[in-house]
Amino acid sequence: MPAVQETVERVKRIDVDQYRYGFETLIESDKAPKGLSEETVKFISEKKNEPAWMLQWRLEAYRRWLTMQEPTWARVDYPKIDFQDLYYYAAPKPKKTVSSLDEIDPEILKTYEKLGIPLREVAMLEGVEPKPGEEDPARRKIAVDAVFDSVSVATTFKAELKKAGVIFMPISEAIREHPELVQKYLGSVVPTSDNFYATLNSAVFSDGSFVYVPPGVRCPMELSTYFRINERNTGQFERTLIIADKGSYVSYLEGCTAPQRDENQLHAAVVELVALDDAEIKYSTVQNWYPGNSEGKGGIYNFVTKRGDCRGANSKISWTQVETGSAITWKYPSCILRGDNSRGEFYSIAISNGFQQVDSGTKMIHLGKNTSSRIISKGIAAGKSQNTYRGLVTAHRKATGARNFTACDSLLIGDKCGAHTVPYIEAKNSSATFEHEATTSKISEDVLFYCIQRGLSQEEAVGLVVNGFVKDVLQQLPMEFAVEAQKLISISLEGSVG
Amino acid sequence: MMALLEVKDLKVRVEEREILHGLTLTVNEGEVHAIMGPNGSGKSTLSHVIAGKPGYEVTDGQILFRGEDLLEMEPDERAAKGVFLAFQYPVEIPGVTTMNFLRTALNAQRKARGESELMVPDFLKKVREVSKSLNIPQDMLKRGVNVGFSGGEKKRNEVLQMALFEPSLCILDEMDSGLDIDALRIAADGVNALRSPGRAMVVITHYQRLLNYIVPDVVHVMSRGRVVKSGGKELALELEASGYAQFEDAA
Ligand SMILES: Nc1ncnc2c1ncn2[C@@H]1O[C@H](COP(=O)(O)OP(=O)(O)OP(=O)(O)O)[C@@H](O)[C@H]1O
Ligand SMILES: [Mg+2]
Repeated sequence: MPAVQETVERVKRIDVDQYRYGFETLIESDKAPKGLSEETVKFISEKKNEPAWMLQWRLEAYRRWLTMQEPTWARVDYPKIDFQDLYYYAAPKPKKTVSSLDEIDPEILKTYEKLGIPLREVAMLEGVEPKPGEEDPARRKIAVDAVFDSVSVATTFKAELKKAGVIFMPISEAIREHPELVQKYLGSVVPTSDNFYATLNSAVFSDGSFVYVPPGVRCPMELSTYFRINERNTGQFERTLIIADKGSYVSYLEGCTAPQRDENQLHAAVVELVALDDAEIKYSTVQNWYPGNSEGKGGIYNFVTKRGDCRGANSKISWTQVETGSAITWKYPSCILRGDNSRGEFYSIAISNGFQQVDSGTKMIHLGKNTSSRIISKGIAAGKSQNTYRGLVTAHRKATGARNFTACDSLLIGDKCGAHTVPYIEAKNSSATFEHEATTSKISEDVLFYCIQRGLSQEEAVGLVVNGFVKDVLQQLPMEFAVEAQKLISISLEGSVG
Repeated sequence: MMALLEVKDLKVRVEEREILHGLTLTVNEGEVHAIMGPNGSGKSTLSHVIAGKPGYEVTDGQILFRGEDLLEMEPDERAAKGVFLAFQYPVEIPGVTTMNFLRTALNAQRKARGESELMVPDFLKKVREVSKSLNIPQDMLKRGVNVGFSGGEKKRNEVLQMALFEPSLCILDEMDSGLDIDALRIAADGVNALRSPGRAMVVITHYQRLLNYIVPDVVHVMSRGRVVKSGGKELALELEASGYAQFEDAA
């Protein structure tokens, strides 16, 4: 079935609030006491069986956090968060110790099934029907790490990855099993003092994924993590650390969903990427946290710090994101181009509808010689949403020959939404060449009518036109994700016109 | 003979200005009607109102399609029921391949009619046949809908869609404009191939030449928002010779 067609069918099955991931799983859970204190931090560290150095690290972050203020510069508006009114840790209560997938609470497995995530070690993902005229996509394997509330519940394809020497495991496990790697790299890209939310995350993060790809290894499959917030009043603070050693390659995908709730929930993740000489990391996100209902009630506050360090020469880090969910998004996946000839890329689709507020973009920090970066941002605003692209491109004194190309396109659907572009550009040496293009357009009535005259409904027409608008970015995603993203885009624009 | 389209005393306003002042037109199944008339007389407006384009206010009159009230139907519903408009100015849809567009649209129509989706191989086969007969190269179908198409290519793409969707009422708004002689003949052959007892066509044109290729059963002259004269195909020749001046007063 072609993606668009399937979208249409899915859209028809969606409930009033249009969010198909809005179910809640009833399982027993193990929570930290409400509120944040040194005790909470210790509780989490203890739950995770962490070594003393890790607890110290967390406590330092916590003490630091106490001295910090929530940032206010982003173009987002929300009532003050009471950080004492949250739970910082919730884990599904295990029936017994889990050693294989079969022992996982079937309710959790069912949840992931509902989300369409293949936790079973099925050798092949379901094939995606090729578009007419295109050849069959390679049927590929994907290893999945599933994080349910604060805990990683399953990681698939462990054995096969191990054979290749790739470490892919929950970070809580990595802290115990590979302390030398974690200690060396954790906080080396996003220091514990980096910003309010990152510091908070450093104190209370509960789980997330850890990836290490040894020198010269091309990771034999896509790695992927699905994050799911299930518990009420629970913040999710996951921490992801990916290290691509010299000459290695890895592609990592991240997906996020949450149940539908009236209250806002906080998600403050930190992702750190390190690419050594000649290494490449491709990091893709399809973010579909619950965006709140049609009146703007509920939804996730997504305050995320993602940064990649092109530490080695000729290294490359590429961020691709499709952001359709969250009530508020505050997110700037960035690249530090430290190694000479390193390259950073940022491809983004940010869709806002209803009362969503998006303030997202990237930072490309050119430090090494002949570094290059490319930014393609597609913002789509519908309903009463506000969508801001905020980007920083800098070239330091020694970054001779630095090059950047930026293209920001915004599409407005309706006249009650807003799109804003805030580019900051600074070149501290004269050999840097920065190019910036920006366009803002409204979805054309004539184009919509053309599609509708050919039999598409108003909503299908919007979905089709928008999918065309974002095509350059969609093409950057791995095939399976591109199809999923395409569906999401249409679904999230449900009810945006007419 | 069964009336496929009946436009009765239609009055239409755009932005507070009346453009159609009581237009009446009946098209029977199997017939080809030509509409001619000076710039701004309301030909495209009529075609848009039949297709259901937003922005037009019908203040009086009615449009029946196979006896059903067309104005009550959503535009996509009209399309699924077999109303097709080949636009005077086809739009571009960047990033959406023509092939994808054709398939999405065809399946949307089929679905609305309660038919099953066309399987990919059947669809491809059909597109290949039709595009070949219209001299449309396959790689054009891989490009964004009408993006970077020449004027003539855009018009051929309209005829391609018409042939693929097999509508029962085809309204062609100046499909001859921008076509060179050969392209015109190919497109006209395409249209003629679709002539059938169950299908009617309304061909809007400024030039009698098109009507040498697509020979109409009835020719209407429109002026200032009304049909002011109707006749056989010889009326087109007459107009070619004498122009529209004689009708200006009648309107
Ligand atoms: N959206 C609009 N707003 C204002 N006036 C309009 C609009 N659409 C059409 N009109 C006016 O309605 C009249 C009829 O236009 P229409 O496009 O139907 O003419 P036409 O017969 O198709 O002309 P042509 O032969 O040049 O294509 C014109 O005077 C035009 O300016
Ligand atoms: Mg016209």
